[in-house]
Amino acid sequence: MGAAASFAVGAGAGCKSSGSSSEILNVSYDPTRELYEEINKAFAGARKAKGAVEPTIKQSHGGSGKQARAVSDGLKADVVTLALAYDIDELVTRGLVKDDWRTRLPNDACPFTSTIVFLVRKGNPKGIKTWDDLANSGVEAITPNPKTSGGARWNYLAAWGFELGRSKDEAKALELVKRIFKNVPVLDSGARGSTTTFVERSIGDVLIAWENEALLATKELAQGKFDIVVPPVSILAEPPVALVDKVADGRKTRALAEEYLAFLYESEAQALAAKHYYRPTNADALANAGDTFAKVELFKIGDRFGGWADAQAKHFADGGTFDQIYQPK
Amino acid sequence: MHVKRRARGLPGFGLSLGIGLSGLSLLVLFPLSLIAFKTAEGGFDSFVSTATSARAISSYKLSFGTAAAAAAINAVFGLIVAWVLVRYPFPGKRLVDAIVDLPFSLPTAVAGIALTALYSKTGWVGKHLTELGIDVAFTPLGITIALTFIGLPFVVRTVQPVLEDLDPQAEEAAAALGASRLTTIRRVVLPPLLPSVLAGFAQAFARGVGEYGSVVFIAGNMPMKTEITPLLIMTKLEQYDYAGATALACVMLAFSFTLLIVINALSAWAARRAGGA
Amino acid sequence: MSKQPKVRKTPAAIGVAARDPAWVRYSLIAIALTFLGFVLVMPVLLVIVEAFRDGAGAFFTAISSDDTLSAISLTALAVGIAVPVNVVIGIATAWAVGRFRFPGRSLLITLFDVPLAVSPVIAGMTFILLFGSQGLFGPELTELGLEIVFSPPGIVLATIFVTFPFVARELIPFWESQGREEEEAALVLGASAWTMFRRVSLPNARWALLYGVVLTSARAMGEFGAVSVVSGHIRGKTNTLPLHVEVLYGDYRFSAAFAVASLLVLSGVVTLVLRKLIESRAHSD
Repeated sequence: MGAAASFAVGAGAGCKSSGSSSEILNVSYDPTRELYEEINKAFAGARKAKGAVEPTIKQSHGGSGKQARAVSDGLKADVVTLALAYDIDELVTRGLVKDDWRTRLPNDACPFTSTIVFLVRKGNPKGIKTWDDLANSGVEAITPNPKTSGGARWNYLAAWGFELGRSKDEAKALELVKRIFKNVPVLDSGARGSTTTFVERSIGDVLIAWENEALLATKELAQGKFDIVVPPVSILAEPPVALVDKVADGRKTRALAEEYLAFLYESEAQALAAKHYYRPTNADALANAGDTFAKVELFKIGDRFGGWADAQAKHFADGGTFDQIYQPK
Repeated sequence: MHVKRRARGLPGFGLSLGIGLSGLSLLVLFPLSLIAFKTAEGGFDSFVSTATSARAISSYKLSFGTAAAAAAINAVFGLIVAWVLVRYPFPGKRLVDAIVDLPFSLPTAVAGIALTALYSKTGWVGKHLTELGIDVAFTPLGITIALTFIGLPFVVRTVQPVLEDLDPQAEEAAAALGASRLTTIRRVVLPPLLPSVLAGFAQAFARGVGEYGSVVFIAGNMPMKTEITPLLIMTKLEQYDYAGATALACVMLAFSFTLLIVINALSAWAARRAGGA
Repeated sequence: MSKQPKVRKTPAAIGVAARDPAWVRYSLIAIALTFLGFVLVMPVLLVIVEAFRDGAGAFFTAISSDDTLSAISLTALAVGIAVPVNVVIGIATAWAVGRFRFPGRSLLITLFDVPLAVSPVIAGMTFILLFGSQGLFGPELTELGLEIVFSPPGIVLATIFVTFPFVARELIPFWESQGREEEEAALVLGASAWTMFRRVSLPNARWALLYGVVLTSARAMGEFGAVSVVSGHIRGKTNTLPLHVEVLYGDYRFSAAFAVASLLVLSGVVTLVLRKLIESRAHSD
């Protein structure tokens, strides 16, 4: 009897949401909370100005891997804006996203990019300058869990790729990453959790972070308490966006969702991205950002790894290098 | 007058049992049985390798270890609290008695963030402990404190009624026979309380092993070091590893079931002892 | 194991205890109060202090924001459905188990307690296994366009699961020990079974029942783990109050997180007060 009542409520809720075509759900990764809050307002304003129906954009945030899992389990995302391409490719294998998603939008479907930098306590007391320093004894490094967080996987590959670029030796790279993770006292499930741990709970000497999180911390959360150390080499982190075809077609929100994703490339959204410390791909917005973004030598995942599918299988799947780091000796 | 006489006494057995069983099966047993099915689907070998992996074993040690430690702390201090509440008058006693139930009413997540804030390096208590070189948050010690909070009412509330019903004549007789107060406590008062303390311990233990919300904020979540089993299950879920998640869930369910039977047996024993005392 | 409304007697043992030396009494009281203070009182105080860290204005903005309001209404929905469902099932089961003897009775009682022993994460997971897209009923649900997990119905189901036994646990010991004379008298006087139940059994059990309802509500409002697994964390839609606290925490809106947490503390205190009231009413009856 109770089950019947619940089903009735469910049917009601289910039917309501599938009938409306002016509400879309954007399932995103962890640190983009403030960014999309503003972008969504701008999008709604832009549509209203054009005389179109004012849309409602709902947001959900969490570790990128975790969010992808939720979508494949039935979370009805019209669009996904995740931390790395592998998480969206997973949705392709579940039949939710068409496999040409990368080519449907400019720049491999990445409206903005970021990189990985270090956030340290004011004055950099431990003298962290590059990836090797993270492995020093006596240093505590904070990073999220690569198994759930997209940012953590970028962190991991940035360190690995740094060593590969230097010595071309996979064994040395494993050794470096192993020593770094020995210095990690706590693994949060998402990038935002790690930032909280480092900033609020004062754990750790260095936070290995998305550039946008580091800038957020120094410029807004706790001015004067932290410094950013930009390593000489880092990875180009490309968080992609995609339309979830199956959901959008089912809910008849395809047109609106495509418009939303296109909006992310327009100057208004690009300026907002820069404001929230994401590197815009729009050249003007980037120029307007002045010297917000440090000059770093950046390598792409394709350069030093065979792409995300290979990297995920080799490093982050069960039995991969990350699991090896945590095996008892 | 029409006299109704039923062979079994009171009516309504069939209907009530029917409703109860349907509800139980639909809402509890059937969903849980899926765990077993999903695990079986994954195959026995996969089940064994996941359930006995180093990471899983480390998480069992942590979950069960901290839960046992917390339950033990609650057993000792809970007994003291119950003792004090039952036997000594003091101002504010009714208030103290009431707040013992607070952990039941408070959401686990709220307890989690509050305890984390309290015991972190910059927290009210944490900063003093850090000076002493003791780290609480993100260590097994922090997990134990969170579980102590969660399990606090169990021992107190199981011991209290037994303590209240304890006949003082036994104690007076012992005193009259020349036993010291300490001996009297040890040999006359504590033994009848033991079953209820154990029952409370077991309940706190069971609650602590499965606890998620209050622990996940204060645990370090480091695999092999500060990762509790429920979190490991969550992590596996988030990696699409359903077989692994259900394998661990099976282990936990088996343990919970066993513990449940033990608790019920202990409570029955406690009830019998209390009746006899 | 039952937790009936306690009938508090003034134990004669207090007289005996008065013979405990004063230093023993005071030390034990001090130990007890210090323990409770550190483990219990301080966290609660911290929530309230942190809630007002940015001032009363910020506090009220936090608790009246759109997302908070929708979290409140989702929590209310979960409680509003879970309580009646578990009351009906609980009353039925308690009646069968408390009033009758039958083979398998102890097993049934033990099975009923299972949700209490199961980790909330596992509880949530079972519903994903049932109703997720890859789950047992996934394809059928997708075809029908029904959303259960990652949607309010899933949250309601998870809440029903974790609060399942509370009403039964209060009523079973009551009906086990309660005499049946009144009910039998009613039957002899010609009352139908339903009338007997409605006008004799239930009213007699009202305090145990109410106590169970309050416990169920408190647990339903505060559940975190199970709901976290089935929620989609969709802001303004599938976040209950405890989940909303987590979201605010992750947004760096710490004083807002504690502000909403203080709402939950308040509800916890209210349920506590209600329980004490019910206990004393039951006693005076």
